[in-house]
Amino acid sequence: MEDKKTEESGRIPGSRKNAVFGIVILFAVFPFIAGDYYVDIGFFFGIYALLGLSLNIVLGEVGLFDLGHAGFYAIGAYTTAILNTQFGIPILVLLPVSALAASLFAYVVCSPIIHLKGDYLCIVTIGMGEIVRLALINNPFDLTGGPNGVFGIDFPSLGGLLVIDSSIEFYFLIWIVVALSIIGLLQLQQSRIGRAWNCIREDEVAAEANGIDVRSFKLLAFVLGAGLAGVAGNIYASKLMCVSPESFTFWESCLLFSIILIGGMGSIPGVLIGAAAISLFPEIFRPFAMFRMLVFGAVMILMMMFRPAGILPRKRGGMGFRPDHGNPVDDK
Amino acid sequence: MEFRTEKKRSERMKRNDNGILLRTDQLTKSFGGLTAVCRLNLRVHRGEISCLIGPNGAGKTTVFNVVTGIYRPDGGDVLFNGESISGKKPHQIVSKGIARTFQNIRLFSNMTCLENIMAGQHCRASAGVWSSVFGTSRQKEEEKRIRDVAESRLRLVGLWKFKDEPAKNIAYGSQRMLEIARALATQPKLLVLDEPSSGLNDRETEDLIDFLKSVLKEDLTIFIIEHDMKVVMEISDWVTVMDEGRKIAEGTPEEIYNNPVVIEAYLGKEEFSEEEGSYDGPAPC
Amino acid sequence: MHVVLEQIINGLTIGSFYALIALGYSMVYGVLKLINFAHGDFFALGSYMGYTLLVFGTAFLTSHLGLWGGMIAAMVTAAICLALIGILVERIAYRPIYPAGRLPAVVSALGASIILQNLIMVVWGPRYRAYPAALIPNIQMQVWGIHFTLLQLVILTLSFILMGFLYYTIQKTTFGAAVRASALDRDTAALMGIDFNKVIFFIFTLGPALGAMTGVMVGMYYRQISFIMGWNYGLKAFTATILGGIGNLPGAMFGGLILGVLEMMGAAYLSAAWKDVFVFLILILVLIFRPTGLFGEKTAEKV
Repeated sequence: MEDKKTEESGRIPGSRKNAVFGIVILFAVFPFIAGDYYVDIGFFFGIYALLGLSLNIVLGEVGLFDLGHAGFYAIGAYTTAILNTQFGIPILVLLPVSALAASLFAYVVCSPIIHLKGDYLCIVTIGMGEIVRLALINNPFDLTGGPNGVFGIDFPSLGGLLVIDSSIEFYFLIWIVVALSIIGLLQLQQSRIGRAWNCIREDEVAAEANGIDVRSFKLLAFVLGAGLAGVAGNIYASKLMCVSPESFTFWESCLLFSIILIGGMGSIPGVLIGAAAISLFPEIFRPFAMFRMLVFGAVMILMMMFRPAGILPRKRGGMGFRPDHGNPVDDK
Repeated sequence: MEFRTEKKRSERMKRNDNGILLRTDQLTKSFGGLTAVCRLNLRVHRGEISCLIGPNGAGKTTVFNVVTGIYRPDGGDVLFNGESISGKKPHQIVSKGIARTFQNIRLFSNMTCLENIMAGQHCRASAGVWSSVFGTSRQKEEEKRIRDVAESRLRLVGLWKFKDEPAKNIAYGSQRMLEIARALATQPKLLVLDEPSSGLNDRETEDLIDFLKSVLKEDLTIFIIEHDMKVVMEISDWVTVMDEGRKIAEGTPEEIYNNPVVIEAYLGKEEFSEEEGSYDGPAPC
Repeated sequence: MHVVLEQIINGLTIGSFYALIALGYSMVYGVLKLINFAHGDFFALGSYMGYTLLVFGTAFLTSHLGLWGGMIAAMVTAAICLALIGILVERIAYRPIYPAGRLPAVVSALGASIILQNLIMVVWGPRYRAYPAALIPNIQMQVWGIHFTLLQLVILTLSFILMGFLYYTIQKTTFGAAVRASALDRDTAALMGIDFNKVIFFIFTLGPALGAMTGVMVGMYYRQISFIMGWNYGLKAFTATILGGIGNLPGAMFGGLILGVLEMMGAAYLSAAWKDVFVFLILILVLIFRPTGLFGEKTAEKV
């Protein structure tokens, strides 16, 4: 958390520096004054923030419609679950392993489909996500435990010195990971790579004609996005101590998609706002019980009516999207 | 009509094979039943401004798209600096040194003018994910170099005042110059411009001509599709004329200006074909 | 051999469901370039309305119209209700958002889908509902040793009539030409005097109405309906749409039928548990090798 503050101060103008500092303090103090229930909500807010950041790379920065992102999340969670329960590998060791597994999966699966545009890519990612979920349900090689999933996953520990098992510790684990990711992603946004991604989002043909290897950079976005989602899966699995296919449905992918669009495409503060909306909304509207999802849907529609670019759109860019005409080879 | 004649004689002496930067050899490209480009042999000489002209639908833009790798040719070859580039991807061709602009300007419209030009430097930089995430000193230096080059290019086209403005907010003529500046930022050997003067008023066109002449150095060659005959005659060293996918003439601007075949292609052929008997329309490909 | 033919009949039955739902997706996509996520829920809502009509109108419907008449009445009423709901959803959730671009419209469609789905849950409850067996004709048939039910035959006939009707309207009538023209180029179509609002009205009444009829048929065929079935069928139908080439109506019909048959064949000869995986794999393979779908035209990139 400290890193986040110092790193960002170099780039963010004074007025915003204080705001960032305030938010960091708020996040750091919150778990000590709130009860465990609220700390857990904060933890899930963190999970959604991390997932939002990961999808933001693909959808926000590059403009690729990915409605199967829960698939990458699932790969991360199940990698952790299986390797931990079967071979007893510590969770923290599995953190990078899960990220790599999800990245590798994204690379293999996305390589043949990366040339597809717009809605066509969207439907293929939906298919990919569904295949992952169905495969988990069908329990291949007796690894995934079928519809019930995998139980008995360990807590993360540092060689017996520190065991992360309380709500507060999980809260800090996820938010430190989120903070580090934000720092890294802010760096990427300012770099040659972030620019190349944005160029592809703005005009793919012009990007290619300016020497950007569109195919590789799209793949890179998927691989990095999947990796971060894999990290989220790892932490999620160890927090819940079990994983099951119903956590990784198409619905979950849609929620992640909404995080980005509610917050604002390609905007990191926007992702945090979107993740907050997704994770806090059901809690705030808990008294409405059955009707809360109705309200949620209505809010989504109203949002798009009155703030189509999201709550906190990226400063420089707007939506970055022009009407697209359904042709898979030419969307201009 | 004003011709570009100042260095005509010396240039013509140099127009041997060694001076050829870009050559197409029997280049063919068809779409469905339509042969857009048919067995085209075309030459672009080093250090010159070459123009590709022809009536609408002659296949000029298709030639550009094949040369810059956006289309894959169906037959024949494209040689750049003596090396075959046909079938290579556009970004590979850019790093080999061919940069282009588009007939309908294609900028990264929500990015600032400076970022647009910085994007042009992409292929001349190499920072990867990890060096960008950790901000290594090499990456920082490279980033500074990219910014410096981009800033100098932006000043060169006189758009410095718009550096933080999103590209979509500047005037049409400025957008065109920005697109050319972006292409120049890729540090090309050959600059390929698709109708750079279209949509510009007379003054802007004059500025464009002056600008192109000023950037024409020994290591930069320019290849243009142009409709405006005044511009063509004024800036070209060499003109290639296409009609219905074929080359029907090539030569210096004066030669082209007086070539009956060219006049025929532009004005229709009834009145000429019998008397001249030189050109009976393209043979089936 | 008989078993294969029976599987094909089963596949065609499911396929005709997918095809009818896919038509709704395809029409909206063709004209508005919008993935109408709510369309699957129109279908589900139609199914529930048919259920309510059949259950609560039992005495009246069956005594006055007979078993088959009751079924048709339920379908028609559900279709009319959904046509109204469809146009309502378009007015409230989509129309104000078109100017903002495509992505906001997709999110809004997701929002509409969530609302409809939860509306069903609130009204009919989260548990499965069963179409009453007594109200559904159950007659087994056998032709040349091939077993099938009369209901299947009726569903297939009805589906083909509906598809034929839609095909005729779109391909042969002046109004259909207006719809096709709007799909190709909305601005030019408007300049030619085509009233775009009428086109939208058409696709947002007919699509949901077809969906509702399909919903009633699915309810009668499978007996069980649930509030999440909109997602499942919607996803399959959308797959069918893509398979046939998005925006291409005959393509959507064939895509649906092919998908149904493939799914049945996959279930029968590969593995029932993996049939959906099989379906999605085929979808992905088709898109890799023929990105415009099985019936889509190949188009060159215009630069």
